[in-house]
Amino acid sequence: MARIELIDVVKRFKGETVIPNLNLTIREGSFTVLVGPSGCGKSTTLRMIAGLERQTSGDIRIDGELVNDTEPGKRDVAMVFQNYALYPNMTVRGNIEFGLKNRGVPKRERERLIRDICEIAGLTPYLDKKPQSLSGGQRQRVALARAMVKNPKVFILDEPLSNLDAKLRGQMRTELIELHKRLGTTFVYVTHDQVEAMSMGDRIVVMNKGEVMQAAPPMVLYEDPDNLFTAQFIGTPPMNVLPASRLPGLRTEGEGHAEFVGFRPEHALLSPETAELTREGLVIAGQIATRESLGAEQVYKLRCEAGSFFVKSFLNPYVGGDFALAVVPFERLYFFDRDGNRLRRLRAVRPQLAAAGV
Amino acid sequence: MSMNDAGRRSAIGQAAGVRRPLAVRRIRAVLEAMLFAANRACMLLLVCAFALPFAWMLSTSLKTLPETMIFPPEWIPAEPVWSNYAVAWNSGPFLTYLLNSFIVSVGILILQMLTIIPAAYAFARFRFPGKGLLFGLVMATLMIPAQLIFLPVYLMLSDWKLLNTHLALILPFASSAFGIFLLRQSFMQTAEELIEAARLDNAPEWKIMLRIMAPLARPVLVTFALFSFITHWNDYFWPLVMTTNESARTLPLGIAKIRETEGTATWNVLMAANVMLAVPVLLAFFAAQRQIIRAFVYSGVK
Repeated sequence: MARIELIDVVKRFKGETVIPNLNLTIREGSFTVLVGPSGCGKSTTLRMIAGLERQTSGDIRIDGELVNDTEPGKRDVAMVFQNYALYPNMTVRGNIEFGLKNRGVPKRERERLIRDICEIAGLTPYLDKKPQSLSGGQRQRVALARAMVKNPKVFILDEPLSNLDAKLRGQMRTELIELHKRLGTTFVYVTHDQVEAMSMGDRIVVMNKGEVMQAAPPMVLYEDPDNLFTAQFIGTPPMNVLPASRLPGLRTEGEGHAEFVGFRPEHALLSPETAELTREGLVIAGQIATRESLGAEQVYKLRCEAGSFFVKSFLNPYVGGDFALAVVPFERLYFFDRDGNRLRRLRAVRPQLAAAGV
Repeated sequence: MSMNDAGRRSAIGQAAGVRRPLAVRRIRAVLEAMLFAANRACMLLLVCAFALPFAWMLSTSLKTLPETMIFPPEWIPAEPVWSNYAVAWNSGPFLTYLLNSFIVSVGILILQMLTIIPAAYAFARFRFPGKGLLFGLVMATLMIPAQLIFLPVYLMLSDWKLLNTHLALILPFASSAFGIFLLRQSFMQTAEELIEAARLDNAPEWKIMLRIMAPLARPVLVTFALFSFITHWNDYFWPLVMTTNESARTLPLGIAKIRETEGTATWNVLMAANVMLAVPVLLAFFAAQRQIIRAFVYSGVK
């Protein structure tokens, strides 16, 4: 178990700045997920923690200890690679044993450790097989076992599930969460898939262009995003964002000038145009462009004057025709300024009667 | 009406559109069959080009001397003369030749493995000043024939009092530009993650090279080893220049001597000796065959 601190870390590749200035603390024992679009610097960050890449400037501490000049093998860090990186010329046993041998663990001790780990990972029948003859899921387990057997302070996982099919991915997701619970080790996990991030992490770091947009537990990220980027990165479909100036029914009070208004698709309720509105909130009239039925939920895409947006409903399919009114409760609206920063001190109010002629 | 016409026309167009690919397909099938036949014919020709001289050597080695001169030549001797082999073997210190050939070929192979693996690894993995120039120099040596450098090397070895020793035949070939090039390509194809995983496993650089990279390049190593072995096993020029007596001479020189010493060329005995020369190479080839094919298939797929 260890805390990881990145202090004023800068990374440049051949004059191109990938990470301008990163300050990040990964709590000990947490399952921290770094998530962001490709090229956002999440993998670079991970590789710097592992020691495979050296930061241009700044400090990295693991468990309080400065590791800037520590070799990757001496950082007490284990890593699972996207393509598993199993040594093809060695058996499963050889793969797991290699790191132990290099550390000078005595033979008897090695054998005990391998036996234990393979019992846990369910690899005992495959100990003498080569990785090529194993399935994707089994290879994944070998990669995990190879990392686990070293009993590291930090577990680093670089998109470990992206090579698996959807079903196996779901299964491995649960297994990894259980593994984290059992080991209690710090996990740092990189993914570009926000669903994976939300379902696995107890703390998520959203990154964009080498900067941390927000670091928070999943539900905080979802319900209380700091900025437009986070709001639109998390959630399927993402948060709807419309320009405030083109929403005539909107009145705000408080500090700041709202440039953009956002709301989650599931917070909008569709009603037929003619219906009496029973809920209070921002009303947007739109035309239904597409309907997707996912069984438990329906997703509608609506087009209105200010742009298009999604509405997600868990109720019966909407049958009111092609036009509908979307009603979003005032307290479910998020406001952002021109730079995309959240305006927390702004709230929507009911329009005056004269203007509320909708 | 006009709409109906247009419809009919498009229907005809469609039918033609279906028929045409069929005809094309038939022509293509014929063409492909012809190509296949031509391909096989070429292969057969190639096999003959390589196999016939070999068969001729075998056949001649079992003939009597008059039989070798018959015209038109006969493929199968009336009665195989196995004693040709004994004559060849006893015509000189063949055991010494054989031993010398083994010591030289295997010695070269071992030294080459010791030098080309680290060199190729360094060229493939590290960045250091002068890397491009050094690699260029290594490649440039591929273009220099032995005939061009044998004189200075001869003088150098003579200074070192190494003439007529095995070392004179081994040391000049202690490394191989071809081997470095071949192996470097293979090392560069190895996934970076494997090396990173090994680094995280606390493996020192030499261990990454010997335990991860070299085993992965095994087909290439075996192929190169065979090329090297055959080249130096059959080498005539270098041993001829560097030796003046029997103590360090190799098989090809011994065989050439058979031709020299007898007044008339005893082709049958010469060919028997040649068969004996070729047998170890053939054995080595059969042992390494699968790896060689893998080496070339690998590079083809990647």
